[in-house]
Amino acid sequence: MSEQPILSVRDLKVDFGSHRKPFHAVRGVSFDVFRGETFGLVGESGSGKTTIGRAIIRIYEAAGGEILFRGQRISGRISKDLDREVTRKIQMIFQDPMASLNERAKVDYIVAEGLYNTDRRLTQEQRRQKVEQALLDVGLLPEFASRFPHEFSGGQRQRIGIARALIMQPEFIVADEPISALDVSIRAQVLNLMAELQKERGLTYLFISHDLSVMRFICDRIAVIHKGLLMELADTETLFRHPLHPYTQALLSAVPMPSPDLRQDEPPVLYDESMHDYSVHLPVWCEIEPGHFVRGSEPELEAYRKIIAEG
Amino acid sequence: MEEKTPILSVRNLNVKFSLRGKVLHAIRDVSLDLYKGETLAIVGESGSGKSVLTKTFMGLLDQNGWIDSGSILFQGKDLAKYKTEKEWLTIRGGEIAMVLQDPMTSLNPLKTIGAQIREALMLHRSMNKSQAYQRTIELLNDVGIPDPVRRIRQYPHEFSGGMRQRVVIAIALACNPQILICDEPTTALDVTIQAQILHLIRDLVKKYALTTVYITHDLGVVANVADRVAVMYAGDIVEIGTSREVFYDARHPYTWALLSSLPQLGHRGEKLFSIQGTPPNLYAEIKGDAFAPRNPHALKIDFERRPPLFQVSPTHWARTWLLHPDAPSLDPPEVLQRLRQEEWQ
Repeated sequence: MSEQPILSVRDLKVDFGSHRKPFHAVRGVSFDVFRGETFGLVGESGSGKTTIGRAIIRIYEAAGGEILFRGQRISGRISKDLDREVTRKIQMIFQDPMASLNERAKVDYIVAEGLYNTDRRLTQEQRRQKVEQALLDVGLLPEFASRFPHEFSGGQRQRIGIARALIMQPEFIVADEPISALDVSIRAQVLNLMAELQKERGLTYLFISHDLSVMRFICDRIAVIHKGLLMELADTETLFRHPLHPYTQALLSAVPMPSPDLRQDEPPVLYDESMHDYSVHLPVWCEIEPGHFVRGSEPELEAYRKIIAEG
Repeated sequence: MEEKTPILSVRNLNVKFSLRGKVLHAIRDVSLDLYKGETLAIVGESGSGKSVLTKTFMGLLDQNGWIDSGSILFQGKDLAKYKTEKEWLTIRGGEIAMVLQDPMTSLNPLKTIGAQIREALMLHRSMNKSQAYQRTIELLNDVGIPDPVRRIRQYPHEFSGGMRQRVVIAIALACNPQILICDEPTTALDVTIQAQILHLIRDLVKKYALTTVYITHDLGVVANVADRVAVMYAGDIVEIGTSREVFYDARHPYTWALLSSLPQLGHRGEKLFSIQGTPPNLYAEIKGDAFAPRNPHALKIDFERRPPLFQVSPTHWARTWLLHPDAPSLDPPEVLQRLRQEEWQ
């Protein structure tokens, strides 16, 4: 990991709805992602995790705060050149390979679509070669280029989705629940492929998911998001072994373990926001130990520090 | 599993579908006993036939599907012989009820949830309106919906996903069924809600003395709910045993592969185990062991003859030639030992 973050999100806010009655989907989120790492963003539906991913690739506009990519601001108004640069360097992999591929286009076009839009000088032949190479890179045969998406299984379709991102030679990939819609045996294949590509090309991933058990395997660091706010951020092992925030604890206790002897017979731990008393002390986002951030009020942070000191 | 009386017995069941002029063999000669009071989980990938199998118990096969041969014995009757809707109505809901994956599609958006629960009560248990009202309130209490008197007049869209699934469970329980089939009941829900619903179902199973069939592809869920586990592959049950037997002492190479590819067993930086190839084409006749082409340890006989179910223990069977006395001994993949370790807290 280099010192300079490849992507910085600073106090990001995203609103939906009308200006008069906005809904705050993301309410001030800050984090850094370093080159070559896999950064996990975990939360339940409606937490704003996907919204952050989409704000990064400029599908949604930021209502406040900023996003820096390689030190340059990429949120809000930016120049055309920078916009094209960002579209190239930041790519996305979507959740459902059944829904995210154009049913009426051949694989050839689906994979090359980004090239048509950003690099018009390419000849037909160069483009074809690039598509072939991208398909080979994700473990598909070049012959598949002339087929339609419905001819493929779920795992193969997700590979096409990955090829489509790779052909742009991105540096940063936002993977929004890339394996949630896949079968157990196919998940492993796609995860392996993503890990391999990361090693070969030094890719950086923002991995968005609701499934903590998968994230433990592939993420270097994980941020926990709840209702548009980050609750806790730490490297994966710290987060799993010493979760501080009650929401992180609730989330971890809810993950079913694939081992009958570890069965949980007690009712699951629930997280209730009203357990926090923020009437006197307002909560802040605080680095409580190096690399470990947590949200809490001053008395809560004090309690967390005690827990850390006791080990 | 205190009592060992089968409440439902499936024998040599074959189910076929006709699709675009071709015949698809979806369930291939499956036999299964469901014991009173137990929770059986059926796991398998999509297309393995786990949903189709349970749909035959309720006469819910799609129009292009039929039971080709075999029997389903339930309360002395053979459900495989049922033809008319009238016959099925004596079973459906009243004796065997189902909870489906997506609560939004199993509820009627135009009716209040009170009306939908009442419907089942008045139809199946011939209650009058006020009795049905009382019972509806009780049911909503049982499934943990707060303030039922107000909620009863609300429509499905006013409920959250988890609450909707609770309503669906209340409808399923309304007629005191013998068997409850849960088809991926928590797949569409968040993990914290999933944990609550699983806990709720476990409580209700005790309270209503239900026999439950759980269909899922999530092995984490299986480990948390099931007494027994059946593993399905290509329309066939390849292994069945108690939960501990299947997780800690699996015998079929497919079960090994399925367990090994769990991301939970992986270590960061290492390659995850993954099953090569794709599931077999069920349009074509399958010769031998259906998993053989994807099995790196496949024996020659695996490609030629279908293995019988070998008994491992009084409760554990697996359909693999590896259990034949003449087969070479093969140890399960080492990674499976991580299942026992308590390294994930």
